Amino acid sequence: MNAIALAPSESPAAGSVALGHVARPGLDLSHGVVLYLDDVHVSFDGFKALDGLSLAIEAGELRCVIGPNGAGKTTMMDVVTGRTRPDSGRAFFGQTIDLTRLSEAEIAQAGIGRKFQQPTVFERLTVFENLELALKGDRRVRRTLFARLDGQARDRIAQTLERVRLLGDADRIAGTLSHGQKQWLEIGMLLVQEPKLLLLDEPVAGMTDEETERTAELLVSLAGAHSLVVVEHDMAFVARIARRVTVLHEGRVLAEGPMAQVQADPRVIEVYLGR
Amino acid sequence: MRRLYGPAGWTALGASAALLFVAVPLLSLAVPPGSAFHLSQYWVTLLGKIMCYAIVALAMDLVWGYAGILSLGQGLFFALGGYAMGMYLMRQIGREGQYQSDLPDFMVFLDWQAFPWHWWNTDQFWWCALLAVGVPGLLAFVFGYFAFRSRVKGVYFSIITQALTYAAMLLFFRNETGFGGNNGFTDFKRILGYPIATAETRVALVVATGAALLGTLLLARWLVTSRFGRVLAAIRDAETRVAFCGYHTLHYKLFVFTLAAMICGLAGALYVPQVGIINPSEMSPANSIEIAIWVAVGGRGTLVGAIVGAGLVNGAKSFFTQAFPEFWLYFLGLLFIAVTLFLPRGVVGLFARRGAGAA
Repeated sequence: MNAIALAPSESPAAGSVALGHVARPGLDLSHGVVLYLDDVHVSFDGFKALDGLSLAIEAGELRCVIGPNGAGKTTMMDVVTGRTRPDSGRAFFGQTIDLTRLSEAEIAQAGIGRKFQQPTVFERLTVFENLELALKGDRRVRRTLFARLDGQARDRIAQTLERVRLLGDADRIAGTLSHGQKQWLEIGMLLVQEPKLLLLDEPVAGMTDEETERTAELLVSLAGAHSLVVVEHDMAFVARIARRVTVLHEGRVLAEGPMAQVQADPRVIEVYLGR
Repeated sequence: MRRLYGPAGWTALGASAALLFVAVPLLSLAVPPGSAFHLSQYWVTLLGKIMCYAIVALAMDLVWGYAGILSLGQGLFFALGGYAMGMYLMRQIGREGQYQSDLPDFMVFLDWQAFPWHWWNTDQFWWCALLAVGVPGLLAFVFGYFAFRSRVKGVYFSIITQALTYAAMLLFFRNETGFGGNNGFTDFKRILGYPIATAETRVALVVATGAALLGTLLLARWLVTSRFGRVLAAIRDAETRVAFCGYHTLHYKLFVFTLAAMICGLAGALYVPQVGIINPSEMSPANSIEIAIWVAVGGRGTLVGAIVGAGLVNGAKSFFTQAFPEFWLYFLGLLFIAVTLFLPRGVVGLFARRGAGAA
């Protein structure tokens, strides 16, 4: 289950001679790009959800993606996480991992975590158990039959519980949490998975102002060690956290740059206000 | 040990085991038939039958109650296990059949000269025991692989499992298939060399069934209290989320579906020598639906509920089919509606503590 890196690049002779460095199994960030989409097309029954989308996310970056409904934000996440196969185009995680060839589970194991628009947690398990299942580790059936939590794993879960402010709710059934708490639990599940790249689809939807503020702090603190792509409608929130913003429109990148520059872009204004 | 059940649970298990392994043999063999305490063969066989059903219900609970896969083909796996054991029992008849041939009567009747290939080695008990769990397991593995890989879910999966068991029933109805056509196998004489209809053999079979039931319960309990069991429950509640956590949900579903089929096969193999017959009607789609009703009545995702449900429904069935045979199906339908509407957590749900996690 570790066969995530592409086999040819593991040949040390070819790699070292031709490229000057050895491509190791796993994530290769040698060129500083963690996610690279190139001319991706996806259509559903003739509707072009993605129409030549090209995007590069740098390692450690916090990127916000905005755009009107139907711009292709969620489809983009589906392509990156293996839920949807592109009709054409390329999608790479780091230099070597071809996302169009891997299953959802393999992509998750390679280090991409995703938070859904609707908070999706395991409703009938406890908060602790939700984190236990998400905890980075061996995902094979025979391992989970005999798996036991060691002290280190318990510490890791406790730290995460504290970080997402659910320490007092560890034994609660997840289905009984408030909407905002579920959002936080799902973020916690992402964190214990230890992904390199986090995709967050509307992470503050349904949160109170205070919860939103705390989420903003959390996401900003994660950038650097992780790379983040945040899709959000809440412009104040985007302005609060974003360094670079990408505007999608009709399945393509319409504009990209710092928030102020993007907001002043007449094409963006046209798309958001012009009709 | 402590993970599986608390002190009360272990006490209840121990008491049931004592009742089964000591009281039943004593009451049926040592107490003379005239006594009020004598356990007649009717009751011994009924107990054995219901325990076989309870094993099937446990398997169903693993697949449906925990993994959320409503398979309506478990009766097929049960019947296949029964047929595997039936082949051995047919071989044990020897030359005592109607035609005094080495071949079973139905083969002589069809004018066959030799055993077809799939009867190879079926005079060996160990081989048939292996077939009884292996064939259902293999079928479930192959079928499940394609169904789960194609992401067939929910009611669609239920429908294709119904179609599977129906197709198998039609296949087994044919004489050419070599399983006795619509008559199936019956008139068994011996098992492991012992005459099959004596009180001693019947008690031995009931005790073996009881041991299998307890073993299955403990195995299932161990599974659902492991991290594996929590992954199953997570798949039931939010399969996509599980995949995005990095789990190959296909492997988990396939494992539990295959294991459940093997457990059903074991139950079928224990069932046939006790009831003395196996025929294709065991594969009828209605039988598999009934299995789901047992689990729903008892309470899904509790294991104990599956056993309780199998016992209650089949107890009621053996009473109803004697007292008012024509009303049994109406009663069963009403029961299912009533449980769905008023007891979504089943009979066991009535007694369970509030807020106790289903997992």
